[in-house]
Amino acid sequence: MLRVTLKGLAGRKLRAILTAFAVILGVAMISGTFVLTDTLKAGIGQIFTSVYKSTDAVISGKSAIGNGTDQNGSNNAPAFSQSLLAKVQALPDVAEATGGIGDYAQLVGRNGKVISNGFAPGLAFSVNPDGDQHFNPLNLVSGTWPRGPHEIDIDANTASKKHYAVGDTIGAIARGPVQQYKIAGVVKLADVASIGGATFAIFDLQTAQQLFDKVGKLDAIDVAAKPGISRATLVAQIKTILPPATQVRTGQAEAAKQTSNSNSGASFIQDFLLAFGGIALFVGVFVIANTLSITVAQRAREFGTLRTIGATRRQVMRSVLAEGFVIGVLASVTGLFLGLLLAKGLEKLFDKVGFELPAGHTIFATRTVVVSLLVGTIVTTIASLFPAIRATRLEPIDAVREGVLPPSRLARFGPFAAFGVLGVALALLLVGALDHGTSTVNRLLAIGVGVLASFIGIALLAPKLVPTLASALGWPGARVGGVSGGLARENAMRNPARTAATAAALMIGLALVSAVGVLASGIRATFEHAVDVQFVGDYALTSQNGFTPTGIASEAAATKAPGVLSISGVRGAEGKAFGHKVQVTGVEPNVDTVIKINWIEGSSVAQNLGTEGAFVDKSYAKDHNLSLGSPINVETPSGKVLNLKLKGVFDPPAGGSPFGQVTISAALFDHSFQSPANVYAFLKMAGGVSAANTAALNNELASFPDAKIQTAAEFKKSQEKGLDVVLNLLYVLLSLSIVVSLFGIINTLVLSVFERTREIGMLRAVGLTRRQTRRMIRHEAIVTALIGAALGIPLGVGLGLLVGTAIGSFTIAIPVGTLIVFVFAAIIAGLIAAIFPARRASRLNVLQALQYE
Amino acid sequence: MSSNGAVVIATDLTRRYGAGDTAVDALRGVSLGVQEGELVAVMGPSGSGKSTLMHILAGLDHPTAGTVSIAGETITNMDDTALTKLRRRHIGFIFQFFNLLPMLTAEENVTLPLSIAGEKVDEKWLAELLGKTGLKDRATHRPSELSGGQQQRVAIARALVSRPSIVFADEPTGNLDSKTSGEILMLMRDSVDAYKQTTVMVTHDARAAAIADRVLFLADGKIVQESTDITAEDVVRVMQGLDS
Repeated sequence: MLRVTLKGLAGRKLRAILTAFAVILGVAMISGTFVLTDTLKAGIGQIFTSVYKSTDAVISGKSAIGNGTDQNGSNNAPAFSQSLLAKVQALPDVAEATGGIGDYAQLVGRNGKVISNGFAPGLAFSVNPDGDQHFNPLNLVSGTWPRGPHEIDIDANTASKKHYAVGDTIGAIARGPVQQYKIAGVVKLADVASIGGATFAIFDLQTAQQLFDKVGKLDAIDVAAKPGISRATLVAQIKTILPPATQVRTGQAEAAKQTSNSNSGASFIQDFLLAFGGIALFVGVFVIANTLSITVAQRAREFGTLRTIGATRRQVMRSVLAEGFVIGVLASVTGLFLGLLLAKGLEKLFDKVGFELPAGHTIFATRTVVVSLLVGTIVTTIASLFPAIRATRLEPIDAVREGVLPPSRLARFGPFAAFGVLGVALALLLVGALDHGTSTVNRLLAIGVGVLASFIGIALLAPKLVPTLASALGWPGARVGGVSGGLARENAMRNPARTAATAAALMIGLALVSAVGVLASGIRATFEHAVDVQFVGDYALTSQNGFTPTGIASEAAATKAPGVLSISGVRGAEGKAFGHKVQVTGVEPNVDTVIKINWIEGSSVAQNLGTEGAFVDKSYAKDHNLSLGSPINVETPSGKVLNLKLKGVFDPPAGGSPFGQVTISAALFDHSFQSPANVYAFLKMAGGVSAANTAALNNELASFPDAKIQTAAEFKKSQEKGLDVVLNLLYVLLSLSIVVSLFGIINTLVLSVFERTREIGMLRAVGLTRRQTRRMIRHEAIVTALIGAALGIPLGVGLGLLVGTAIGSFTIAIPVGTLIVFVFAAIIAGLIAAIFPARRASRLNVLQALQYE
Repeated sequence: MSSNGAVVIATDLTRRYGAGDTAVDALRGVSLGVQEGELVAVMGPSGSGKSTLMHILAGLDHPTAGTVSIAGETITNMDDTALTKLRRRHIGFIFQFFNLLPMLTAEENVTLPLSIAGEKVDEKWLAELLGKTGLKDRATHRPSELSGGQQQRVAIARALVSRPSIVFADEPTGNLDSKTSGEILMLMRDSVDAYKQTTVMVTHDARAAAIADRVLFLADGKIVQESTDITAEDVVRVMQGLDS
């Protein structure tokens, strides 16, 4: 019996391949994700291991909050006094110790613009040009180590991409205005030209200390032990002399820690991409179930014959399941290797764009193989369960009947089941969206399961909706497509269950993109409203990318522009209050002139903050039971505790405010936090926004290429850039599931053409041209795709609104234009899916088609 | 009607399709027995109920009333599993449209009932069958590479391979030209003679009826005439009488 199944599959290769594609793509996504992220992690690990390979112990500043990196990935660990270095060197077991600085600085190109690769940071290190470079993870590619206040070394990637060589001049900017340096050397880190596109600016120690306001301070000390001294002994010895706010780790532990910090990012990317592989597979289940159902129906006579010659129901069921299993195994293996290729391709692409990884170490883990194969095979086998059960309903008598599979006995319960499932879906979604008593994880889970259930519910209901939808959506086609359009409409309505299942697969992808679109447009609307309400200045001053803090020096420079009425910076950093990490902002007394703040408690708050005042937003005050005069203690990363008193409470709009949970005066902020920087500064100018004012500001900021002057509208746009990137990424990833559903449409059409061979032959015989035949199939595909859109887009809009409500700070804003684009995308998807089946149909030999049995 | 040595016994079979005003009685009380080694032809005009009768005898359809037994076992109330097991042991089928599996070779199609039942192939018997049906040179061909007559020979070999108690043939020549039909009928007669293969055949081919040991004429769901040793000409005459 298994042989019959295998031979049957071999005899229907095209169908098997088309079916398999529904799984291949999802599996490829999974295996590709694993390979890519594993390789990434291994590469990162290798870099850090080689960075610390000659270091027995590392002393670094210890942040009082978090793990030493803040939300933007910046280092917030405090620098410590250089005097520690001499003490360490004096320890009996220490052979050698060197101190260094690690910070952020951006390189500035010949055009006066910052050199950056996407969101990658500009890293800065110090080196000791006179030392033996024992600890130095950097290798010189050409030139020498930088020496003195006018020399710099840069990374090989920037040198080759921007055509810099030793002896050239390049700009760099840290705290103050841009300065020009002579390039003394070009370096690689751990033999990699650049990590993740980051640029390197390397100075000698004194220059770095000057540049980063760390005179007399160090960020790290690398230590080597005397021969025969274990690392643990060394670390224990160093611990005895460590001042507060510093820590020591073995080189190995430091490498592992840095690796794991970076890896948590890679793990997030992994989970994120895997989720989309999962969605593609979920759509694949619909496609496979539908394709196999159609094949089972078409093979009714074959199964009937098997029953007459002694096959049991169980054997018939097993044969369909075995078919699904074999398709699953083949598709999984193909997907596994396709994913490997995909990952290799992406690696090459990363190399090209300057995101270089240590070469030749693509990680193809056993876990990748096992998970890909298991998931693909199990999903396909589960998908074939439904058609397998249908096949058992075939009777021996079907061997002699015209091959019509009786509708499932469960079919009449369809609507009840659909409403049941939809009810459950709605309940779950409401719990997820509105029940604030449940934990976030459970709410997200409820929403996730609710979304899946709503897809299944609509898919169950779809057969009842298809006749009406097909009739309505096929009408325009019937008008413009003449007889072909009319026939196509009838064909789509002929087997509602089949059309419904085909459209349902497309529905899922369309629903998800619509939901994402609605969510994004709601979030954007809320944000823009918040800006409109609060942005009462004329210009905003931010960093080039809009979110990295920018030095205070640029604010001071902008002040000099003629016509500036007021300028007010908003500092930002992380701190700790009431035992939790909080965003601390610092404002100047004139903040009211550029930001409208809706005070509900306190008066002249900004002017009266002084050295111990703070203000918070309404919900923070409520959460911590704060009223005017309440004490708030904020701890800075260097461990300093600010004892503050509440001076005001404000009510921010739903889209948020420029302020963190706790806001203090800029004066206190600059005094308390290391390397204070502005998140934004806002300006009011005489004459408001004008070309002359913009030019005047840009003129003053000429030596601050990392700063950017923007009007309110430009500010909104640049702040939304991150959202746009995420949105586009989501669209791209979700389009994978739409491609999977395309294979569903292709399958259904190919099978329908096959089934209607005789009918198409008859139509051709009575005068339907090849063109008209193709058009008929195309129209049928479009009707199916439009049904998918008609089901998916409203469902997606509903889901988007519900989820939006769940996250709060959300305004209802339906992106009508985007949704119309999705409808056209569905039509185009239908057209693409129809190409192959339409060709097959139009090329049928009329004579053979008529004789076809 | 029951007698010793009967392989198939049907008693008072009625079959009603639908209900109420639109109800159609396809069989109205048919009783018959088929003796071992006998070739029985069932004839009748379209709508006489002959196909229904065969489907019920073979357990493909259920009678509204009456019983059928095959090889001593009453099949009318058997559940699906028992019926399937009975088919494996006792029943072979030959269809009008051959119903071969297109992806299997001729030989694989022939042995399919055995592999489904998980039984070993008796190679000698298989060789004998392939020889008898003239398929020795065609054993590795697929149905699409065979003529209609050759395909039906494969189907006949498949029906015989498990040495069933009874073979049911449903219009075995209905899809063949007249020369090929003659060859197929000779083969069926031959298998009855050579292997004592009890066979019931539904047909409206007068020549098919002429090779039968016994011909049952059906009209309006009843057996109206039963003849032995009848010629093709006689059959045509009887049929014309039934039609008018």
